[in-house]
Amino acid sequence: MDIRSQIAMVFHLDKCIGCHTCSVACKNIWTDRKGAEYMWWNNVETKPGTGYPSKWEDQKIYKGGWEKKDDSIQLKSAGHLKGLTKLYHNPDMPTIDDYYEPWKYEYDSLFEAPEGSDQPTARPVSLITGNPIDIKAGPNWDDDLGGSPDYARNDVNLHNISAEDKEAMFQLERMTFHYLPRMCNHCLNPACVAACPSGAVYKRGEDGVVLISQEKCRAWRLCITACPYKKTYYNWSSGKSEKCLLCFPRLESDQAPACMHSCVGRIRYLGVMLYDADKIKEYASCNEDELIDKQLDIYLNPFNEDIIRKAQKNGIADSTIEAAQKSPVYKFVKEWGLALPLHAEFRTLSNLFYVPSLLPVIGKMNDGTYESTSENLWGNIEETRLPLKYLANLFSVGDTNRIALVLRKLMTVRYHRRKVTVNDIDAKIVDTAFSETGYNAEIADAIYRLTSLVKYDERFVIPPAHREEAIEMLNSTDDHKGETGFGEKKGTRRVF
Amino acid sequence: MIDAFLFIGLPYTVTFLFVIGSILRIRNYGYSVTSHSSQFLESNNLFWGSRFFHSGIILIILGHIIGFLLPKFVIWFTTNPIGLFIIELSAFAFAIISLIGILILIFRRIFVKRLYSVTSIMDIVVYVVLATQIITGLLIAYQLSWGSVWYASSMVPYLKSLCMFSPDMSVISSMTLLVKMHVITAFTLIGLIPFTRLIHFVSYPFFYIWRSYQLVIWNKNQKTMRVSKNTREGIKPKNN
Repeated sequence: MDIRSQIAMVFHLDKCIGCHTCSVACKNIWTDRKGAEYMWWNNVETKPGTGYPSKWEDQKIYKGGWEKKDDSIQLKSAGHLKGLTKLYHNPDMPTIDDYYEPWKYEYDSLFEAPEGSDQPTARPVSLITGNPIDIKAGPNWDDDLGGSPDYARNDVNLHNISAEDKEAMFQLERMTFHYLPRMCNHCLNPACVAACPSGAVYKRGEDGVVLISQEKCRAWRLCITACPYKKTYYNWSSGKSEKCLLCFPRLESDQAPACMHSCVGRIRYLGVMLYDADKIKEYASCNEDELIDKQLDIYLNPFNEDIIRKAQKNGIADSTIEAAQKSPVYKFVKEWGLALPLHAEFRTLSNLFYVPSLLPVIGKMNDGTYESTSENLWGNIEETRLPLKYLANLFSVGDTNRIALVLRKLMTVRYHRRKVTVNDIDAKIVDTAFSETGYNAEIADAIYRLTSLVKYDERFVIPPAHREEAIEMLNSTDDHKGETGFGEKKGTRRVF
Repeated sequence: MIDAFLFIGLPYTVTFLFVIGSILRIRNYGYSVTSHSSQFLESNNLFWGSRFFHSGIILIILGHIIGFLLPKFVIWFTTNPIGLFIIELSAFAFAIISLIGILILIFRRIFVKRLYSVTSIMDIVVYVVLATQIITGLLIAYQLSWGSVWYASSMVPYLKSLCMFSPDMSVISSMTLLVKMHVITAFTLIGLIPFTRLIHFVSYPFFYIWRSYQLVIWNKNQKTMRVSKNTREGIKPKNN
């Protein structure tokens, strides 16, 4: 057993209002640079929709992630020999047109245009060529189902939804969507790391953050193909790949990543999980229907005496173990079974979990009216407007039972709280819900509390980085004495 | 005098530049070492250009290296007309392939406006020198038959004499201008490596084949003890 610690996240989709504050906070800090303008390390997609880059979930196009081969797994489009043949030209790599061509507006011309008979205008200018462009697409072009014939209807996850359900999803009166904020999952079995021929992409041992060494990256571009979530990006100007770094400088100083800190809906939770690194390959290679169970199994119980002892022996700090015990992610994922990984079939064992969106559940009725009687307060889960199958394609490898159970659990918490606060609900309904989900009043209250009430410190339980020991990362303290303050600063511009 | 500069001074200078420059650049300016792929901005033409150019040029260079290492074998092989035919034809074919490749790459740089923003002056220099190199090579192969034979019998001794630090330029001085040009641009290319994007071939990731897929790096490995390198006497503190 090789116990390591990993920063993991939970996004509560019911609370996401699609305001894109996370994306903008991230952009302002990290990707507002030449060559990075098109990158959104964090982005919020409207689902159904084709996403960013367009149709990223369709691995028939992008060939990302792992695939099962016999008892093991292999990278779909990279790997030791397969990868090295693709260095000269990689046929599976997305180009700028799959994202969008970044632009700015020529605001200067509003002030400096010579006098004429026309109003001066601020034309859009490409940030790549500097020439005026016709904007064809941009970030969130399909926000809130805009341009649905082109975007929402081409959602990859609709492939096995019946024509009737599909039609219902797009009828004006019954239209439904939810938001899907996405960022790097900092996977346990990252495909980007495995695909990088230079060894530039690596997982940080201490907290499992996946990073790209800008010094070692040689622009072979295989990480971009390999990441099935398309969360590594190529900086066309510097010739280096870049990705979300989970704001590690912030994490190390006990601050939540910018996207999470700024989240208006407070949908984001961050905490530490202990996991068994010896099991990664075995679990990533299991059958598709076992994937989620196995993945949940890889995370260890931080309260177990035996686990604690082994973790300490493996060099995990006591403060990290304590953080793991308080981790909101552990509660959502393991204790309550409310959060599921996105597209577990990519086999990267992602560390970003989603609580699927429950509402609105009032669904289609045969005579075209909505069921809204008080005895069936929130409608029937099987009749949701967003078909269960669709949610299952996103979060549970197509298993509708699993997603239905999660929705039922969310519903149970609502029934219970309705009973406590308004008390217009039959006790029998609440009791049935409890017995079906295995919850009780205590658990339901805890879920309610963590979902709605808790403040910063409970949503983000960040393990201390022990900066006081940081110098030991580089140097023996004995050698370090008397060396402080000397060093050189290397430039980061392109030399030739 | 000019010959001595070009055929003795130049090769030693470029080799020195190549070795020292590459080491310095990779060690101290790692951020600048990249293949600077432009596939992200334009992919379709690159498919033909890059694949043609690279496969052609790699086989051609390999041919030159084999001729340099095993000249006796090449001479023996080419005494047979069929052997000569095979070597000359395949070399010419590979050169044509790489020429087509570099022409596609050059036209791509000219006609795809997006690429202007990622094309530096040194990139243009590389394109010009590479194209010259390939074209002179093709002309030599076409005009001065049979190149594979006299390369092994006349040019290889010259290159070997350079390697042995007893340069003998009697053969190279008597060569035609075309051959001289081909040799000079070849040396220039070697010298350009550390100063251009050609650096990418020095860092070709061979070791990836043996590397395990997952890579975990510990900032502070709790399991390894860091021992002080301090030279003072006495008991020195140990910390991990």
